[in-house]
Amino acid sequence: MSNNYETIYADDRWSPLFGKLSWDVIPFHEPILIATFLAVIIGGIALVAFITHKKAWGYLWTEWLTSIDHKKIGIMYMVLGLVMMIRGFADALLMRAHQSMTSSGGEGFLTPHHYDQIFTAHGVIMIFFVAMPFVTGLMNYVTPLQIGARDVAFPFLNNFSFWMTVGGAILVNVSLFIGEFGQTGWLAYPPLSGIQFSPSVGVDYYIWALQVAGIGTTLSGINLLVTIVKMRAPGMTYMKLPVFTWTSLATNALIVASFPVLTAVLALLTLDRYLGTHFFTNDLGGNAMLYINLIWIWGHPEVYILILPLFGVFSEVVATHCRKQIFGYDSMVYAIVVIMILSYVVWLHHFFTMGSGAGVNAFFGITTMIISIPTGAKIFNWLFTMYKGRITYELPMMWTIAFIITFVIGGMTGVLLAVPPADFVLHNSLFLIAHFHNVIIGGVVFGVFAGINFWFPKAFGYRLDSFWGKVSFWGWVIGFYVAFMPLYVLGLMGVTRRLSQFPDTTLSGYFNTAAIGSVFITIGIIAFFIQLYVSYQTRDELRDDNGDTWNGDGRTLEWSTSSPPPQYNFAFTPRVHTFDTWWDMKKHGYQRPTDGFNAIHMPKNTGAGIIIAMLCTIMGFALVWQIWWLSALSFVTVIIASIIHTFNYDRDYYIPVEEVDAIETKRTEQLAKGGIA
Amino acid sequence: MGIKLLSIKNKFVAKCLLLTSTLALSGCDDWVVMSPFGDIAKQEAFLINASTVLMLVIVVPVLLMTVWFAWKYRASNKDATYEPGWHHSATLETVIWTTPLIIILVLSGLTYVATHRLDPYLPISRISEDKPLPDNVDTLVIEVVALDWKWLFIYPEYNIATVNEIAAPIDRPIQFKITSGSVMNSFYIPALAGQIYAMSGMETKMHAVINEKGVFDGFSANYSGHGFSQMHFKFHGVNDEGFDSWVSKVRSLDNQTLNHQGYLKLEEKTTGHPVTYFSTVGDNLYHDILNRCVDANTVCMDKQMHLDKHRAKNAVKHKE
Amino acid sequence: MSTNNSVAEQVDNAPLFHMQKDPHNEPGTLLGFWIYLMSDCLIFAMLFATRAVLAPNYAGSPLPKEVFDIPLILVSTFCLLFSSITYGFSVLQMQQNKLNGTLIWLGVTWLLGAAFIGIELYEFNHLIHIGASPQSSASWSSFFALVGTHGLHVFFGLVWMVVLIIQTKKHGLTIANQRRLFCLSMFWHFLDLIWIAVFSLVYLAGVL
Repeated sequence: MSNNYETIYADDRWSPLFGKLSWDVIPFHEPILIATFLAVIIGGIALVAFITHKKAWGYLWTEWLTSIDHKKIGIMYMVLGLVMMIRGFADALLMRAHQSMTSSGGEGFLTPHHYDQIFTAHGVIMIFFVAMPFVTGLMNYVTPLQIGARDVAFPFLNNFSFWMTVGGAILVNVSLFIGEFGQTGWLAYPPLSGIQFSPSVGVDYYIWALQVAGIGTTLSGINLLVTIVKMRAPGMTYMKLPVFTWTSLATNALIVASFPVLTAVLALLTLDRYLGTHFFTNDLGGNAMLYINLIWIWGHPEVYILILPLFGVFSEVVATHCRKQIFGYDSMVYAIVVIMILSYVVWLHHFFTMGSGAGVNAFFGITTMIISIPTGAKIFNWLFTMYKGRITYELPMMWTIAFIITFVIGGMTGVLLAVPPADFVLHNSLFLIAHFHNVIIGGVVFGVFAGINFWFPKAFGYRLDSFWGKVSFWGWVIGFYVAFMPLYVLGLMGVTRRLSQFPDTTLSGYFNTAAIGSVFITIGIIAFFIQLYVSYQTRDELRDDNGDTWNGDGRTLEWSTSSPPPQYNFAFTPRVHTFDTWWDMKKHGYQRPTDGFNAIHMPKNTGAGIIIAMLCTIMGFALVWQIWWLSALSFVTVIIASIIHTFNYDRDYYIPVEEVDAIETKRTEQLAKGGIA
Repeated sequence: MGIKLLSIKNKFVAKCLLLTSTLALSGCDDWVVMSPFGDIAKQEAFLINASTVLMLVIVVPVLLMTVWFAWKYRASNKDATYEPGWHHSATLETVIWTTPLIIILVLSGLTYVATHRLDPYLPISRISEDKPLPDNVDTLVIEVVALDWKWLFIYPEYNIATVNEIAAPIDRPIQFKITSGSVMNSFYIPALAGQIYAMSGMETKMHAVINEKGVFDGFSANYSGHGFSQMHFKFHGVNDEGFDSWVSKVRSLDNQTLNHQGYLKLEEKTTGHPVTYFSTVGDNLYHDILNRCVDANTVCMDKQMHLDKHRAKNAVKHKE
Repeated sequence: MSTNNSVAEQVDNAPLFHMQKDPHNEPGTLLGFWIYLMSDCLIFAMLFATRAVLAPNYAGSPLPKEVFDIPLILVSTFCLLFSSITYGFSVLQMQQNKLNGTLIWLGVTWLLGAAFIGIELYEFNHLIHIGASPQSSASWSSFFALVGTHGLHVFFGLVWMVVLIIQTKKHGLTIANQRRLFCLSMFWHFLDLIWIAVFSLVYLAGVL
């Protein structure tokens, strides 16, 4: 079956009108895919029908899709992350089930052709379209509020960046039903990803999905960086920034200083595949090691792009739920900066086994270990924030404790892998898989859930149900340990990654245990969606009228405004005197002003972002299938649409003072109702 | 060691125990990475244990502190002190930066020494912990070629070649010269030594020695395409007589020659390729694979580089 | 509006916690564009690194010494260098609020940039014809990727310049247009700097 599928692509069929596209490329012979496809179609039709029935298209378009409000874009990023998490996790379940079957001596239900796409897609989706949207979403939502700004520096660009990320996600999902995805592993190492060894469209989908999304990410990095540098409230010096904003600053600096590398290296791979150049080929002087170096020069900072914002989340959560100022703010900030800088000088630890000299390996091993010093200091800082605090075990705090314990273990195995000779025996093994899931689930995922539970009330005006939140929490935590601890053991037994068949059936116990773990995680995910639903149903009981959701323990500026905040965030721009501004304001008996409002200058919504980004997505699709006329047409349209957009000078407006007054009066009444004037 | 004893008596119970005791890294017969059979791999396993113990010095207190603080300072415990303003202590901050620093310093020293001593390019310096290197050491050279999806091994000293099976006498130093005929792979025999990449047009080297008799798993540890899962082979650790008889078995069976034509045929993609023996090997085959000129119509990379250099020199002369 | 004298703003010994009027943030466009240029610079850094690694891998293809036409490249180099100067003149005119002068110097810049692109296209065509094409070896792949990416940037700079000429003609030297002209000027000087590196590290290093 898989061979048949390969021959479809092997012959050079191409027509001027449809490029390489034909009916053959629809995977009719894969029952799993067809069932998924039907489910997606039915679900899609139901969704469209529902929106039409509610007559919500206009509302969606004007209030959400074209919105340049950083809060709405932040929420849309989180929705994208959740949707893609279902896709990426479905891939994980398939792999766990397949490995569990084949390790017991069975055939499994996935052909290598299908299995290899699944682990590639799982990695790509989880990093680029789950973790990245989550951290970008949190940064987008929270950062402007924390610095007392009304929006980001370039609101239109923010909308455009979001839709570019969506465009990349669309391309990955389209590959499921039209053609195939890459079968190369998530970083598409050449020569395997070159045209000689991967002649079909899978790698092209990979390339264009990442290029489209990567441009969005770079622009969003520039945007948030300028926002933090230029738009801080008066008085908020760098050493008064909330820790989350600091991590956001460092993260976005890392994004703009690393994503261009990814863009460049993928562009070179594209040239190899489309024009027949020889950057990474086996012959005529190509050098695949160059690709591996370049992609990890992006790839390692990327790891810190993912984890740093969550360090920020934990810092905010710990301080709030311990009712205590973060311990060692200065050293926290220095640690963030040190981690940011060091993340650029460790990339070679991803391939100690490439045969570099001992000196080179030792250098990169030691720099890697050095990163654990500031990271360790941060862990201690969180611990000493808890020390002599008053810890309320709300959900975000539970996630934080689980994070500290899990991350410490993951960090330890990480340092272990940084010892080059130890890496020689553990590289590419399931030990490595266990390690990075240990830090990514234990760090990023736990952090995202902490962040969602922490800021959801701010975004929607009601808290999340705690029973289902706890079910979700325990599902994830137990599931993680049950699923990944066996993989550590398997790694120590010399089992390598990305295998779909196992000659040795004695390992089945471990794989079955891991599969059971994935069931627990499934429960955690389902419980989270139930949590959202139940919370929505009981929103009146969970209402947050005050805005300072967590028993009035909020410390930073986002808690000083209403939940959800008005579109302009703050009626008056806050004036900052100390770190933990809102705590300071409360301490000084700050009285919220109830009159004297001004008209507020705000940017206008625009449809240009979604239109240009979707044109880019069409261009990506056309390039994948080598439909040259469509590629050229969509490219020219993108340029023309962008130029037309620049001819629009009318980009902002004033919210009239009456409207501000009305919103703020309503807020005064709401506060009175909540019993806090 | 208790775990080890148990595992002999009742493997199932041992496994269940091991699953739960995730920190017990040193351990069990099944864990080939932790209890290997070659001196290099043994040293690498020791390094894993040593680094883990070193890190546990700080990790265990942190874990205990987390649980302790989380319990003690819960909001319902009104007896615990509450100091909302306490956020700085110079002493404490010095401690929390220097403790990891000291551990990392020690670990860095260990890493520096170990990385240099266990550099796969270095010839081995001892046979095993209690056996020094003999004076007139006779290293066994094995040339390794990763193909889609099988391993080709050439023994230049014996002029034989095999696919998906190798053998080596115990306690005799081995030098692997490793390249690839197609995509990147990683050559790995966990029982023997760490892995190293196999890359086309390039040669990596690895030195190792096997100290015990046995049949061990070898495989590619870097994903290389659809046949990757079946890209494994057996490594036979045998005594000298055993090795001689293995060599003569390879020579006598089939009496096949692996020449350049044969290699081009072998190079074609196969999955789960059976063990194959070649009694003789064509001249310069490994050199030509490495320099990508098995096909007679291609120029060898080393020759091409030489020609290019020559041209560059002449171009300068021409200008002058 | 004072941003640092909190004492003066204290009312009844309580610090003032909000601004009566929105502070006038200077727009972040120039900073944002500068950061974009730095990220672009990183793309070029990667291409330079690639060139450095792959340059000696001729694999039998022509050597730079044999095929580079340095006098021609020198002409195109001076086109680009002069275009940077003429853009500078345009900005000077803009700062004196002289619309026509701004546009005329922009026009001159455009012509010089177009000449540069013309020469580059001629050169590429010539190289490909004599067997130094992107497909002939890693060395030439890296050459075309680096020089071509720079050329592509110049090309888009030219498109952008046309758009700005039209917009400036239409709306005059408004603040928004001045900001845009200034961004393009940063872009243009940046490309000039990159070209100096290309000229020395690719062309001169290739023939010396």
